Amino acid sequence: MRSAEAPALLDEIDRRIVNALQGGFPLVPRPYAAVAETLGLSEAELLARLHGLVASGVLSRFGPMFDAEKFGGAVSLAAMAVPVDRFDAVAAVLMDLPEVAHNYERRHPLNMWFVIATETPAGIGAAQRAIEAKTGLKVLLFPKVREYFVGMRVEA
Amino acid sequence: MSRPPLDALDRAIIAATQGGLPLTPTPYADVAARVDADEAEVIARLSRMLEAGAVRRIGAVPNHYRLGLSHNGMTVWDVDDAEVDRLGEIVGALDFVTHCYRRPRALPDWPYNLFAMVHGRSRDEVEAKRAEIVDLLGGFVRASDILYSTRILKKTGLRIAG
Repeated sequence: MRSAEAPALLDEIDRRIVNALQGGFPLVPRPYAAVAETLGLSEAELLARLHGLVASGVLSRFGPMFDAEKFGGAVSLAAMAVPVDRFDAVAAVLMDLPEVAHNYERRHPLNMWFVIATETPAGIGAAQRAIEAKTGLKVLLFPKVREYFVGMRVEA
Repeated sequence: MSRPPLDALDRAIIAATQGGLPLTPTPYADVAARVDADEAEVIARLSRMLEAGAVRRIGAVPNHYRLGLSHNGMTVWDVDDAEVDRLGEIVGALDFVTHCYRRPRALPDWPYNLFAMVHGRSRDEVEAKRAEIVDLLGGFVRASDILYSTRILKKTGLRIAG
């Protein structure tokens, strides 16, 4: 994997914080204080650690994760088989499309995998057709049929 | 399908927090001030959206690369449609699987209907985890593959308009 990001050094407290904040964040006026208490930390220490984890990029973010479909939107995984000599140009096309949220190069004949997210379910097909028109390549859609698990468990 | 009872205030709360919940002692009161509601209303709305599944969870999103999990493989499996839900639950329960979904096949290009994302510190670690899934699924696997990511081309979060 090509990445300039070096692994961060997390101590045991950081790891406990990341794991404790996977879900079930309290809906009370002082939620960080409530979580801090279960971790044996002060509210100020937990907030300082969280600031550090977000600032250093260990956490992409901390907050509510919404289900776009429940808000009327739609999301689908999609893939294309892109000729190697056109790969960067096609990646640039997707970079400019706001409907494309993530895009990864993967080692497979289907070598470009991306997420299409749109405000309406009809938007998925429209984005698929737009990408096909712009690139001349077939876009395969892999919308989720059922979700078994989404989350992250960090070794404590 | 009935439309979930989400209104403008719900959307405003999500729009105000999708970049992150304030890292302050009173995050809900701070959000309330931004959406012109009061703290109790914001808490009640978030609670309702959690119950309805419109908010999946309030939590931390770790960056795998910064955690040293620099290798990721999308493992994909062709299993019997009659067994896929049972097997998906089993694979999704593995602690090294971060996403596990049933998705449609795209024949003839793509015979796989079960997707499980596996992260590790090295290629070998990812392969060892894939082997664990092979053992678990046993004779139910008709075909499988693993697609390593070689480059992140774009990464922007999903956003909703406020």
